[in-house]
Amino acid sequence: MKVNDIMDINKIRKDFYVLNNNDLAYLDNAASTLKPKQVIDAVTYYYEKLGVNIHRGVYRLSYEATDLYEKARQKVAELLNCQFEEAVFTRGASNALNLIALSYGMNHIEEGDEIITSELEHHSSMLPWQNVARAKKAKLVYVPLNEENKITVENFKKVLSNKTKVVALNYISNAMGYMTPVEEIIKLAHEKNAIVILDAAQAVPHIPVNVKALDCDFLAFSGHKMCGPTGIGVLYGKYNLLKEMEPIEFGGDMIDYVGLNEVTYKDPPYKFETGTPIIASAIGLGRAIDYIKAIGFKDIMKHERMLRDELIDKMSQIKGITIHNPNTDTGIISFNINGVHPHDAASVFDEENVAIRAGHHCAQPLMHCLNEIATIRASVYFYNTREDINRLVKAINKAKAFFENFM
Amino acid sequence: MSNLENLYRQVIMDHYKNPRNKGLKDSEEYYSVHLKNPTCGDDLTIQIKVEDNKITEVYHDGTGCSISMSAASVMSETIMGMNLEEAKKVINNYVEMVKGEEFDEEMFMGDAIVYQGVSQFPARFKCATIAWKALDKAISNHENCSHRHDEEKIEVK
Repeated sequence: MKVNDIMDINKIRKDFYVLNNNDLAYLDNAASTLKPKQVIDAVTYYYEKLGVNIHRGVYRLSYEATDLYEKARQKVAELLNCQFEEAVFTRGASNALNLIALSYGMNHIEEGDEIITSELEHHSSMLPWQNVARAKKAKLVYVPLNEENKITVENFKKVLSNKTKVVALNYISNAMGYMTPVEEIIKLAHEKNAIVILDAAQAVPHIPVNVKALDCDFLAFSGHKMCGPTGIGVLYGKYNLLKEMEPIEFGGDMIDYVGLNEVTYKDPPYKFETGTPIIASAIGLGRAIDYIKAIGFKDIMKHERMLRDELIDKMSQIKGITIHNPNTDTGIISFNINGVHPHDAASVFDEENVAIRAGHHCAQPLMHCLNEIATIRASVYFYNTREDINRLVKAINKAKAFFENFM
Repeated sequence: MSNLENLYRQVIMDHYKNPRNKGLKDSEEYYSVHLKNPTCGDDLTIQIKVEDNKITEVYHDGTGCSISMSAASVMSETIMGMNLEEAKKVINNYVEMVKGEEFDEEMFMGDAIVYQGVSQFPARFKCATIAWKALDKAISNHENCSHRHDEEKIEVK
């Protein structure tokens, strides 16, 4: 099967300046994706034609800026299948996950309560709850990972208890590309009256996510991992939860009435969007959502999985490398070249203009599970081609041969 | 020679595989500095002994990539026996070199000159300098009579 059978990849690639201006195999999409010109144009439109603040301005430019900002929220709501009021703009997934912990967590967790998370988490999913657990003398409980370092329903059941108040897990692992069996975990957690927070930073850009069908309580993602600008992300929360939660930042725009000794806040989402929001980036995210939807998640998934299968097949034929997740569910592949430190390998890849990531991927507990200081991670998106895969394989072989000289 | 061959010179890989002065001493006579780079996991401790204003012993231990680990070995050989003023000049000269700025080629004795290739790989600057930064810190701790054992993190830039 050819790449072009799934989508018109060459046409898509023309939208990305970075691909046009560089001879680059860009395979670091789990860290950040490239931005198409449509998104850049949407951001530029705001700065060139509007450039003013939103919400309270009683003049045309402000009205149009407000309209674009709120339309972007509507696009997020349609993407996730949630209500308009349930989509809070944040600085990114990390910011959203911290907001939940600082507001919901600090007000609901008590001494002796249990919070379930895992060693597969990005630090941003796990550390906000480590902080809450420390402050409230609650217990942080880790789902035991299976032999492939996956989260399973069976192992989740082992740690779920009547003391469980919060479950904070990734939807797709940023370091291993595994899909967590969230549907069943959410059902089980709700039976114990625990709430479930999903770190969906690696999910929303790649698969259709329906928060109503999932019935998760909170979910977070970042714009820049789905062709949007940096500095914008989304917190989804069930309306009744958002409504009773306290804001964590106070100031402009989030208030209803302010007296000298009392204040009332706006309803969600506005009570969590203090100060002038990230207007241009929100508008850019809205445009990115349109762009991705036009390609379609069905084709995106099909294309990414085709590239993954090809990469794993080719890498399996290279001796002397360890693939940590040969059964990855997505286009994220984590590996090491035996005997070569990932940063040494990364410099060879850099010389070959193959952009990958070498490091702990903000998942140090997982590195301990893998018994590695760091790994090399390649991650694909819809604009990647078989040529990119071939260039990565060539770079792996080159790195191997290069360092074997010194052994 | 390609950029890559220039970065990974035989001598660098030799110091990586066969590090000189590796392993720490359990003694209060040494000034030790432990540096970590949380972004990549490099973790290095160096120890120096200073007698009559002269560095008479240097040891290092840690984990990391070939550039950072070999640089610790090369640093230990380069500065052994130098007085503190000379050592400080060499540190500055080395940092200028790996940044790709003007430096004094005459100043280096031994293998440190081979790290010139790092200037073509700015992402590896911190790997090449972690041992030298630790040395710099150990010297200033000695001069200020503070911290025989120092723990620090390299700031992410």
